[in-house]
Amino acid sequence: MNNNTDRPLNGEVEEDDEEDEANGGLDAWERTYAEDRSWESLKEDESGLLCPIDNKAIYHAQYRRRLRALASTAATARIQKGLIRYLYIVIDLSKAASETDFRPCRMAVIGKQVEAFIREFFDQNPLSHVGLVTIKDGVAHCLTELGGSPESHIKALMCKMECSGDASLQNALELVHGYLNQIPTYGHREVLILYSALSTCDPGDIMETIQKCKKGKIRCSVIGLAAEMFICKHICQETGGTYCVALDEHHLKELILEHAPPPPAIAEYATASLIKMGFPQRAAEGSIAICTCHEEAKEGGGYNCPRCKVRVCELPTECRICGLTLISSPHLARSYHHLFPIVPFDEVSPSSRNDPHQRFANTCFGCQQRLLRLGNKPGLSVICPKCKQHFCLDCDIYIHESLHNCPGCESSRHSKSVTAE
Amino acid sequence: MALGLGSTGARTYLYAELVEIGEIATRDDVSLLVVSLDTNPFFWSTFSLSFSDFISHVLAFLNSILLLSQLNQVVVIATGCNSCAYIYDSSVDSSHGSDTSGMPALYSNLLRKLEEFVARDEQLGKAQMQGATASSLLSGSLSMALCYIQRVFRSGPLHPQPRILCLQGSPDGPEQYVAIMNSIFSAQRSTVPIDSCYIGSNNSAFLQQASYITGGIYYRPPQLDGLFQYLSMVFATDLHSRAFLRLPKSVGVDFRASCFCHKQTIDMGYVCSVCLSIFCEHHQKCSTCGKYIPKFCPAYRGDKHNGNALG
Ligand SMILES: [Zn+2]
Ligand SMILES: [Zn+2]
Ligand SMILES: [Zn+2]
Ligand SMILES: [Zn+2]
Ligand SMILES: [Zn+2]
Repeated sequence: MNNNTDRPLNGEVEEDDEEDEANGGLDAWERTYAEDRSWESLKEDESGLLCPIDNKAIYHAQYRRRLRALASTAATARIQKGLIRYLYIVIDLSKAASETDFRPCRMAVIGKQVEAFIREFFDQNPLSHVGLVTIKDGVAHCLTELGGSPESHIKALMCKMECSGDASLQNALELVHGYLNQIPTYGHREVLILYSALSTCDPGDIMETIQKCKKGKIRCSVIGLAAEMFICKHICQETGGTYCVALDEHHLKELILEHAPPPPAIAEYATASLIKMGFPQRAAEGSIAICTCHEEAKEGGGYNCPRCKVRVCELPTECRICGLTLISSPHLARSYHHLFPIVPFDEVSPSSRNDPHQRFANTCFGCQQRLLRLGNKPGLSVICPKCKQHFCLDCDIYIHESLHNCPGCESSRHSKSVTAE
Repeated sequence: MALGLGSTGARTYLYAELVEIGEIATRDDVSLLVVSLDTNPFFWSTFSLSFSDFISHVLAFLNSILLLSQLNQVVVIATGCNSCAYIYDSSVDSSHGSDTSGMPALYSNLLRKLEEFVARDEQLGKAQMQGATASSLLSGSLSMALCYIQRVFRSGPLHPQPRILCLQGSPDGPEQYVAIMNSIFSAQRSTVPIDSCYIGSNNSAFLQQASYITGGIYYRPPQLDGLFQYLSMVFATDLHSRAFLRLPKSVGVDFRASCFCHKQTIDMGYVCSVCLSIFCEHHQKCSTCGKYIPKFCPAYRGDKHNGNALG
């Protein structure tokens, strides 16, 4: 940065050259291919010929692995989910965040993915809170306090995307520890650190801070953007979090989104508690009141706090006057699928389809798609172990990742009564 | 009346087919209507309108949808008391083979499948020897409809605008609450509106919430003789045209919760932090998940706040 300001005029020509070098000396026509990486979507078949990779099958295999991993952890212990989460997202905005191994740079990619993550997080955890912390010039700053509104976090983040100086893990953890120590004991405390730097510049002994976090029951997870670091791994191991290093933008997105569903609750990490909540009714259309969130007069379309009767614009929120958590019953219902997950479906191998004892389905029960490939060869399909209906692979993914209902089980009184027992 | 109209049926093209042959540019007023049809015999046997009258209104309505644009698509799912099934899909059943007695394919195919379905559903009910269940399996037909719509979304960027219409009369089945809410949220995520035409005597809280959350229309026709009129005036409009019409406004949906202990609607209550069960008063132990609540419950931040403000 200093270089540019020192050489205002004659620097321009040289800068062009530097830019070329930054692209690894590729010619313009080569660059399009370097971005595209089309050769990566080819593989060799048995006879050594090139053929395109069957992306759909691979995607489905990946998804099934994820599902099985989830199901096996659920089977080992009757786990609960931490549904009420207090999460700080720590974003490293040191010099290292300006590296361009992610396009256009790490910082821009992180910004984009964090935005997507915050929206997904609140969709899945309507009762939870998020706060943002940035690390810059060796200091940690609190960008937004813990809150339940995705838009305010995203707005604050987009205004503050500049990077400089060194990163300090200890300062970040100290800051977050200070905030998370104050939250109620039924909440699950979590930190997600997106770390670009390969070093940490700390004022004291970070090991002490890590022990403090461990004592404070704060679960720390780190996603690295550069390379694996011992200290990050140590933090995660000590506090029960996860540590991963992103390979590319797509991988980064996956790693971040893995933190959206509620993590398995560790029994002693949060105490069970009955939380007092208000279920406000929508105010009458014509009524005029001053809302406490924007402090302006509004006509109709708000909610009244049942305890102190002030107007708020949106749910869920916390009443600014009396502090009561205000929520509607659908917000609670949004979390129920975490508590009643549906079982993974079993894969149907093409050979077992010839088994005369098994019922043979030609179409997917969900979407009516034909399950036979061209030439009446059976394609891949899955079967629900409860209702024994067949589904196509696309429905399998949709049912487990978005719908959270098995259409077969739901459309049969019998299997319902079985599950109820 | 609609019988005469229906016999004009020409070969129906799939939306994507027509785009391919350059027949149309992309349009935003082409609809895919997935209808959930309540066939619950316990409801229809006690209701003032007979099932066959109801079906004749609905058939005329479906036919008019298909005639509004030859690109429109209609799928019908029967919602029974013991099962659900697809009984009609206009993209599969072509208008051919309707030569017999001049009846359009929509009627002959749909009615035949519907009869088969009702008979099978009754058999299933007998086999299980359960008491009369008043509700129909709405959660099943909603889940199937959403799977079908996802398939249409997967078919490429050019697809008709999907929406779901629930023609429901049976009362809500409380055991379906979680599954129906899951369906509603999934529909909301993929911006599929759920319209509801509820003809039962009391409002359906499930369908009111479904339509409110997904931005669909909830309407309870005051007079069932004119059901076809209500259907074609309110529910036949495509999503694009809705912006220009004065459609029935929602009369306010009650989002208050009811407590698990007394099933009473409450303004304020206690929510278990582990399983999110709702109670109207403080308990020693959560009756749903069995967790003991510590006697000296750590003060809730908000309450502390309040205490300070008062003290
Ligand atoms: Zn209040
Ligand atoms: Zn399918
Ligand atoms: Zn099933
Ligand atoms: Zn109660
Ligand atoms: Zn509980």
